[in-house]
Amino acid sequence: MRDERVRRYGSVALVALLIAVLPHFIPSYGAFELTYVGAYAIGILGLIVLTGASGQISLGHGAFFAIGGYTVALLGQKLGVPYWISLPLAALASGVVGLGLGLVALRLEGIYLALATFALAVATPSTLKHFKALTGGSQGVVLSPLAVPGPLHGLITPEQWLYYVTWTLAGVFFFATSLALHSRLGRALHALRDNEIAAVSFGVNPHRYKTIAFGWSAAYAGVAGAIVAIATAYASPDAYGIALSLALVTGAVLGGLDTLWGALIGGVIVEFLPLWAQNINPAAPSVIYGIALILFTIFLPGGIGRALQSALNSLRLRGGNQHARS
Amino acid sequence: MHDLAQQIVSGLATGSIFASMALALVLIHRSMGVINFAQGEMAMFTTYLAWQFSQQGMPLWLAFPLTIAIAFAGAVALERIVVRPVERAAPLTIVILTLGLLIAFNGLAGWIWGYVIKAFPSPFPTTPLHFGSVAFSSQDLGIIAVSLASLGAISVFFKKTKVGLAMRAAALYPESSRTLGVRVGWMLALGWGMAAAVGALSGLMIAPVVLLDPNMMQGILVYAFAAAVLGGIESPLGAVVGGLMLGVGLNLIGAYVPFIGTDLQLTMAFAIIVVILLFRPAGLFGRRRLLRV
Repeated sequence: MRDERVRRYGSVALVALLIAVLPHFIPSYGAFELTYVGAYAIGILGLIVLTGASGQISLGHGAFFAIGGYTVALLGQKLGVPYWISLPLAALASGVVGLGLGLVALRLEGIYLALATFALAVATPSTLKHFKALTGGSQGVVLSPLAVPGPLHGLITPEQWLYYVTWTLAGVFFFATSLALHSRLGRALHALRDNEIAAVSFGVNPHRYKTIAFGWSAAYAGVAGAIVAIATAYASPDAYGIALSLALVTGAVLGGLDTLWGALIGGVIVEFLPLWAQNINPAAPSVIYGIALILFTIFLPGGIGRALQSALNSLRLRGGNQHARS
Repeated sequence: MHDLAQQIVSGLATGSIFASMALALVLIHRSMGVINFAQGEMAMFTTYLAWQFSQQGMPLWLAFPLTIAIAFAGAVALERIVVRPVERAAPLTIVILTLGLLIAFNGLAGWIWGYVIKAFPSPFPTTPLHFGSVAFSSQDLGIIAVSLASLGAISVFFKKTKVGLAMRAAALYPESSRTLGVRVGWMLALGWGMAAAVGALSGLMIAPVVLLDPNMMQGILVYAFAAAVLGGIESPLGAVVGGLMLGVGLNLIGAYVPFIGTDLQLTMAFAIIVVILLFRPAGLFGRRRLLRV
């Protein structure tokens, strides 16, 4: 048991260390790309909370990315609010809207929730375009670049600074999520997902917990959307369409919905797979996403995360047996 | 007054497209309890096939039936090969699988035909038809006539033929149908085939209006969701009536309510879906389902 714990903390510490030193060994542009990986990982972490832990589906998380992105963009452009204030506000705004949608989601089970959130995802860009006075219409909003704070000036590039901010947030969120999912809250969500009627008869309040999961998940997506907007220095309606929402779902499913590592793997996939596949053909990312989603659903429903875990476990078991024999 | 009549007729035309797509969704929902999110992209893909045929000089009267036949056969094959392995899985799994199909078909069309918007030949004459002093677009009237005829044919198929009866039985009582010799698996595949054929037809009808591009059916799919939910997702008749109501409603709002206009039509569809599911989940025509614990 203690071995298990040492191993788990060991692997987490190793990954954290790797993330911390990585920017010094790769070009600045690499750090820039890895910032997106971190942002997508945070967004997918939200889907893991929602779909993996609480069994509710959202095909509309792109809409929460939009709320996060537009919150930092508009607060910055119209009121000059700095990012360290607007980023938490983005999480708050997105989380509050998520709680609202969560209340709606209580009455829509399974495929109906999928249907409604899909419609939300498709409707997001045209809705953003409609309210021109606020959102700048299809022109979008330009964000000011993130500045390196005084003491660090000259030591690291702005790309590296954003990288560290993003991955620190990601680390905090991963840790908090892991704690929360192993607490009373996580157990309640899992119980509701696996057998709602049984969970309710044990005194779990389905309304409260499912709504919390939705708001929590949306807040993560809001932060992720804000980071992406800051990194891109631009928020535009067409960036938040159904394609983004589907990419997030694909990343979550391929990465694995029942382990937090799945979010990290999913983030890598969502950022790098399109970059790599675009060299073949502009349409290749979609074709690969689509076919991979189909193959994973049929053959590997746990995603890469679970496959890796069981591979590691069987390796460990074999190693353990040999150890015992000698 | 003339203007209003024209708006209503063109609303009925788009509405009958929504109705056809909604019916395609209902056909699969009734038999499997899931929504096929790829329904729109499958229709888009087959519409590109028809465009390809007509580019190669095939007359439309041949290209259209051929496309519908391919859509039918292709969807039957797809159900047997791709959907069958997860047939008994949780609805959420099947939903994710159909999302995979959606993304893959969208990408494939972009890969093969590119993302440049293409004009699509209309099978209907361009001269308007006059009723009294009001002129209606022949295209609108043609779309309404073809859609309603195909919807009528499907209803006759389900009510009057043996295969139609077997399909309904397989959807409602799979186990007892199997004991009576109905091949339930094939009935599901047939349902997919018919849904794709109806979808293909609506793609062919709407393509001259919205123009051909890989994303042309995404909005229409959302309207079809709204139509199906409005009419009751269990009810084929409801889907049709819901589609027509939605088409006319959106068209009138687009024309006479400047605040909403055309930008917010998708938002309206989203709002309709949410409001109906919240306050009347069985839709206008569906029966309420009771859950036994």
